[in-house]
Amino acid sequence: MDGNIHSIETFGTVDGPGIRYVVFTQGCLLRCQFCHNADTWEIGTGKQMSVAEIIEDLSSYLPFIEASGGGITVTGGEPLLQIPFLIELFKECKKLGIHTTIDSSGGCFSHSKLFIQQIEELLHYTDLILLDLKHINRKKHIQLTGMANDHILEFAKFLSDRNLPIWVRHVLVPTVTDDPDDLKQLGEFIGSLHNVDKIEILPYHKLGVYKWETLGYDYPLNHVEPPTEEQVKFAEHLLTAHWVKPVGH
Amino acid sequence: MEQWKGFKTGVWTKEVNVRDFILKNFTPYTGDESFLEGPTKATTKLWGQVMELSKKEREAGGVLDADTKVVSTITSHGPGYLDKELEQIVGFQTDKPFKRSLMPFGGIRMAKNALESYGYELDPEIEHIFTDWRKTHNQGVFDAYTPEMRAARHAGVITGLPDAYGRGRIIGDYRRVALYGVDFLMKEKQREFNYIGDRTMTDDVIREREEYSEQYRALKELKQMALSYGYDISQPAKNAKEAIQWLYFGYLAAIKEQNGAAMSLGRTSTFLDIYIERDLRNGSLTEKEAQELVDHFVMKLRLVKFARTPEYNELYSGDPTWVTESIGGMALDGRPLVTKNSFRFLNTLDNLGPAPEPNLTILWSTKLPEGFKQYAAKMSIKSSAIQYENDDMMREIYGDDYGIACCVSAMRIGKQMQFFGARVNIAKALLYAINGGIDERYKTQVGPAYQPITSEYLDYNEVMQKYDNMLDWLCELYVNTLNVIHYMHDKYSYERLEMALHDREILRTMACGIAGLSVAADSLSAIKYAKVKTIRDENGLVVDYQIEGDYPKYGNNDDRVDEIAVNLVKEIMNKIRKHKTYRGAVPTQSVLTITSNVVYGKKTGATPDGREAGKPFAPGANPMHGRDSKGALASLTSVAKLPYESSLDGISNTFTITPKALGREDETQVKNVVALLDGYMTKRGHHLNVNVLNRDTLLDAMDHPELYPQLTIRVSGYAVNFIKLTREQQIDVINRTFHESITAAEPAKEPVKELAGAH
Repeated sequence: MDGNIHSIETFGTVDGPGIRYVVFTQGCLLRCQFCHNADTWEIGTGKQMSVAEIIEDLSSYLPFIEASGGGITVTGGEPLLQIPFLIELFKECKKLGIHTTIDSSGGCFSHSKLFIQQIEELLHYTDLILLDLKHINRKKHIQLTGMANDHILEFAKFLSDRNLPIWVRHVLVPTVTDDPDDLKQLGEFIGSLHNVDKIEILPYHKLGVYKWETLGYDYPLNHVEPPTEEQVKFAEHLLTAHWVKPVGH
Repeated sequence: MEQWKGFKTGVWTKEVNVRDFILKNFTPYTGDESFLEGPTKATTKLWGQVMELSKKEREAGGVLDADTKVVSTITSHGPGYLDKELEQIVGFQTDKPFKRSLMPFGGIRMAKNALESYGYELDPEIEHIFTDWRKTHNQGVFDAYTPEMRAARHAGVITGLPDAYGRGRIIGDYRRVALYGVDFLMKEKQREFNYIGDRTMTDDVIREREEYSEQYRALKELKQMALSYGYDISQPAKNAKEAIQWLYFGYLAAIKEQNGAAMSLGRTSTFLDIYIERDLRNGSLTEKEAQELVDHFVMKLRLVKFARTPEYNELYSGDPTWVTESIGGMALDGRPLVTKNSFRFLNTLDNLGPAPEPNLTILWSTKLPEGFKQYAAKMSIKSSAIQYENDDMMREIYGDDYGIACCVSAMRIGKQMQFFGARVNIAKALLYAINGGIDERYKTQVGPAYQPITSEYLDYNEVMQKYDNMLDWLCELYVNTLNVIHYMHDKYSYERLEMALHDREILRTMACGIAGLSVAADSLSAIKYAKVKTIRDENGLVVDYQIEGDYPKYGNNDDRVDEIAVNLVKEIMNKIRKHKTYRGAVPTQSVLTITSNVVYGKKTGATPDGREAGKPFAPGANPMHGRDSKGALASLTSVAKLPYESSLDGISNTFTITPKALGREDETQVKNVVALLDGYMTKRGHHLNVNVLNRDTLLDAMDHPELYPQLTIRVSGYAVNFIKLTREQQIDVINRTFHESITAAEPAKEPVKELAGAH
């Protein structure tokens, strides 16, 4: 089976535990203002890569991955737009004993029977989900990403119910996602989940701006500077306020 | 013997056998670095003095003082000190620190040029003696060179040859001086001398008898030199301080007589630990004092200096001396050869701050104790001063008492030496294949006048066949050139002290090497997988290439091109093996350029991979800058495919990564460096320089060198003080691939162009 792949990075160290083989899938429904991979938005483009091709490439890095307690991370784009491909890919990974991770915003989650069926099968082969909670406030979420956050929060609960380990990630963008009330509320929401192994604050950075320019888009956050260390610490404090790390994950 | 009290006895007490002594007596250490001590007041004060002198040296244009009249020998100078009262370990090459010695035996012109380029004038009497009366190595070589050898050397298809400077890369077993004392070693030499030759005096017998007499004399002079510092080293060292001092005297005598490119130390830290452990046990030494001894020893190793010419500095930039010390590794019996002293040596990077010398080399095994692995990784991240070499692979071949000479050359200590052969430029050889042996820069016939390629587009099979023929020619000429060089070096600049610290039976290797591997592999890949059009000058000589379409590039774990690189390495080794070598040396090969990738690039025209004329090659076995686009692991995996069996003199890979790309937290970064090394070694990669740096730091250091006196960076097989590199070299380093934190695709970094004021 083929996937629409944007690119591969063989040495990922920030998307899951250990050294990660990172697959960037092509296509996303969200249009986050801080996106550093705007070139992965368009659906249906990218490079066609087969599961076998990826597994063969990945296999040559097993000594690094094993030595670091790493694995594969599929990010994007939005990986969950290509679930059947992910199922095939992760099935093969599991045959090789490779730790599997999905980095998702959960934006395409739905309760449709087909979707639930597919995602349940996928989760069977998934060890960890990095869940990007971009904003707890519905309105502001729409402003920031172009879509509401209902599905995303439902997805988080869905995963919590199934006790699938997640790392919650929150991109801290000064003036956009750092309102203390919002952070507090987000912290409460995180506290209501039972499957959060780690909470990561990702300080907003401008590394991806050049891509917006290359793609001919206007970059909406031009005036925003990365947060200070204190701002990050403060946000961390609020987000972890109600967090209970589950035992046995 | 009194001095050996407390040591477990073994065959080492009856014969020279340092390995047996180590294995019987060393204490493996599997803990972490928490026992380490900081610098003493004396250390800090002495190092302050060194930094002050370094600054003065830099301000003086690179050399602070130089001998113009006293020819350096083991006993040529009286004692020299930084601060006699504070120094635990003493000895300098001349009568004071930072004064460069005069070494004319390799070549008088080189010695003269070196002096003149720094504003000193060679004493006319010395020049007269070494020009008219005493022949040098350099003159001997040129007396025997053929016109073909001269032409190949001039054009730069064979280059970096040690024909005007000392060959180096010979490691005396300096530990023997400490363990046995010089008298014992002299007695052994005397005994062996009597066995050399029967009644028939062949060339070999005569030469060996003469060499042995020289070795014996050198040992005698070594004792004399030590006496001038107030030490009688005729007997074994009786404590840790003496052991370090005796060992260092052995090394010092070597560097007083030889200015070999690489004057490596060997594998001393675990040996010395045995003495330190004994002193700690009997209460005569504290940990603080032990660290002080190591700090002061290392300080001396950092101050080894030679007078070099600007041309030499262009090849090997930044004043390197390759005082390589090999640390760690596993014993054949399965115990780690890691001791507390392995930690103490790395701790000098904290106590004295980072520095390029000694060239700290970790013999990495996946089985090394976790505490040591992590400490080494931590110090790498901090200092970018450490290189790693695959002990699991080398142990299979060299056993467990080998060391690294220079950058990547493994040899059994005291039992093996090499004839250093620099390298041939295989990217240029490819251009010769295309142009029928005519040099693309000089437009003269350098290689044999084979039929050139006349078609507009290059055909892979045709190019390969012509390349094969041209490499046959090159390898033959290369080995024969080396034969001349080493014959003369033995004759006119024999390393008598270093060889006195070797066994009688020596394995000699003829260490050939190649430069331009990634350029050649990518060029062939372009010809095979894309279309390469030739662009000719008015005489029909191909001077440029146009590539139509894309092609797989070395460094992306793509077998289509990686196989080309692998085959080149194998083929060239086989071609080298065909030829008779001087003194029956076993031919080997390295894929290593040191910093000469810049000079080789400068001397090479445009290549079919799209590289412009004069642009630097990638260093060593590295993929070309910026062409490895699939991330660090893909790049490492490509290099790890090169077969060590066909390149036993080493395969150098320089890896540069930004701290952020290693992970978010410090702990994660350390863990990931350890995993990178474990993974690379498991994949049978041979050598890895690890730099953890931001490009901006380097850019800033170029503009404000005074703020970065100790900024160290690994280049190719050695580390340098970044601010001592030539501007050109600095730019090359900055333009190399930095593996950065990931976003789906990194912006192509604008290469730094030649800046105003270069050269």
